[in-house]
Amino acid sequence: MSADGLDGLEVARGSDVTDPIIEIRDASVTYDDGDSYVLDHVTMDIERDEIIGVIGESGSGKSMLASALLDAIPDPGYLSGGIRYRPSNGEEVEVLDLSKEELKALRWEEISMVFQGAMSSFNPTMKIGGHFEETLKAHDADVDEGMQRGRELLSDLYLEPGRVLNSYPHELSGGMQQRALIALSLVLEPEMLVMDEPTAALDLLMQRSILRLLEELQTKYDLTMLFITHDLPLVASLADRMAIMYAFQPIEIGPTRSLVEDAAHPYTRALLNATPNLDAPLEEMRPIEGSQPAPVNVPEGCAYHPRCSLATEECRVEEPAHFRVDDDHRSACYHWEQSREEIALNYIDDLGDAARSGGEN
Amino acid sequence: MADEPVLRLEDIEVHFENRAGLLDFGAEDQTVRAVDGVSFDLEERDVISLVGESGCGKTTLGKTAIGLQRPTGGSIKFRGHDIWDVRDGESDADITWDEIRTSLQIIHQDPGSSLNPNRKIEAILRVPINQTNPELSPGEKRERIYALLERVGMTPAPDFADRYPHQLSGGEKQRVALSRALLMNPDVILADEAISALDVSLRVEMMDLMLELQDEFNTSYIFISHDLSNARYFTAHGGGNIGVMYLGELAEFGEAERMIGDPSHPYTKVLRWATPDLSLRDSGDLPMRKIDIPDPINPPSGCRFHTRCPEAREVCEEQRPEDFGEGDHQVACFRAEDGHEYWDSPELSDADADDLLGADDSLQAD
Repeated sequence: MSADGLDGLEVARGSDVTDPIIEIRDASVTYDDGDSYVLDHVTMDIERDEIIGVIGESGSGKSMLASALLDAIPDPGYLSGGIRYRPSNGEEVEVLDLSKEELKALRWEEISMVFQGAMSSFNPTMKIGGHFEETLKAHDADVDEGMQRGRELLSDLYLEPGRVLNSYPHELSGGMQQRALIALSLVLEPEMLVMDEPTAALDLLMQRSILRLLEELQTKYDLTMLFITHDLPLVASLADRMAIMYAFQPIEIGPTRSLVEDAAHPYTRALLNATPNLDAPLEEMRPIEGSQPAPVNVPEGCAYHPRCSLATEECRVEEPAHFRVDDDHRSACYHWEQSREEIALNYIDDLGDAARSGGEN
Repeated sequence: MADEPVLRLEDIEVHFENRAGLLDFGAEDQTVRAVDGVSFDLEERDVISLVGESGCGKTTLGKTAIGLQRPTGGSIKFRGHDIWDVRDGESDADITWDEIRTSLQIIHQDPGSSLNPNRKIEAILRVPINQTNPELSPGEKRERIYALLERVGMTPAPDFADRYPHQLSGGEKQRVALSRALLMNPDVILADEAISALDVSLRVEMMDLMLELQDEFNTSYIFISHDLSNARYFTAHGGGNIGVMYLGELAEFGEAERMIGDPSHPYTKVLRWATPDLSLRDSGDLPMRKIDIPDPINPPSGCRFHTRCPEAREVCEEQRPEDFGEGDHQVACFRAEDGHEYWDSPELSDADADDLLGADDSLQAD
């Protein structure tokens, strides 16, 4: 399947982004010497200062993609391909060539990561302030200056710095912990923030509040953000672009609006239709039949073909390359045009209504 | 007895005594008011969804409704019998505590931790059958297990029955948990965030299955969720009501589509704002003055939402709103009543109304 992936790579090169901060080239992760892949020859760019949402169901490889960016694949996984990091000032770096020390500096200082479940990221016996100090010291940063930044970040996230820094993790609510963790991840002024389901354990109101705050942080600090989630509608309001993962590859990448309003892949369209949505008529929400393949038995050809209503012989035999739907929108489907005609989006009639009633609620 | 609702909750109150030293906020009264003065009826084949943010008391209320948590005030009647009187032997009803407990089942958010990892699915599902139908032969029990597994879409059933929980996906585990609850022939199932851990794309499927089984097994659901769109889907299809909870109280209660289309309580509007949709419109800033929910120890005076409510006026600080509204739709907000003194009350002067800081000593303090 790799050969086809490489063909796709050729098609994919082009004007997706103008100033990439990260260039991912043919990145793969295998746990069994290449018999099967949990990240399958991925090629994509991440634009400087954008917010990109990476969306996939459980087991689609979306977290692998995040770990790959920092060469942090759990053992004994093997990562191949290229991950090029282009800082705003300074030399380009090939992440996979970095030494252990250089990697340590890259993580936190250049690209920082936030995971789901802040409780397991914090040391329960250390106050939040201790975490900030320890992080600053470990990276030889000026502690006073850093703590000043930390306080500002905490108030950016609507936390009281004095109280939070002086608290143990368990003394804060889940939403406060997660916000404190985001502040901590930004204390060394990274250029990019990678978040893997950063709000999944929280209630919806807190999730939305945090997303709103992330948007403000992005503007204030000129951050590039990569937001990984299974919840497409959640990030739709936040992300500039979205990449949809299926069977360890992005199968559609495009600007959020063109992806939501006219997705060009049958899977994306099915995923959009399967999502409970306040604007969609109730009777039209329907689940996607079948389930995602496991790494060991990804179907030949297009990995989605067994579940796809448009699948033809071609799809069963030959893995589709990425087709250019638009300048900045691509889809790994032979029948992307047909999918737009034949798979109706159940919420589309309501978008107009929703926009009218929106705003000040 | 036929006209009695399956469950009737009257003025339920659940307060927890907090041991001193656990939280050092210097508060003299250490009572957590998890649920305060909630009443509703659950009918046959009914659905009631409880929505609200973490810490609003929805799980405590749900557990109280099915007899897993004893209320500190109010009463819960199962088909007309006060369940805690039955438990204490103070009832002359012809129903036992065991029968009540069997009739009221629960499925949890995390099916992984509610299934014994060391037992196969068949053994897990045999437990409720042994309790409800001990007279069946082993073969008949197995047949029932297979039939139910097939019914919930786990085919081939013999294959799934022979697996351990860790060999199932999250959605399949949740189906086993649901099957186990159904084998008790319950009248009510409490589904506590039962679909929240599933992938978004699997949630509709699981809700559909639960609703189909509602008809076949004649069950009612209490459905707990922090996600208004899931609650709407489940409740509207089940023909029930949504109850919006805030700090232990019901803020709004009514029929699902009306609640979504025309929310009355400012807090319901906040939850509506928080529910993502695909319209990509700019949903505007958080329609709340503070992000974090206040401590349920010593909840705010008057209307408990007044510390965060964008519409709060001085009267909200002083008076607790009763349930307003006609018929089945109730709203605990002064704004629902024309001519209430609220409309003449001055707006709340709030020192930090302009920012969303969670508490009183703000940035300048440090």
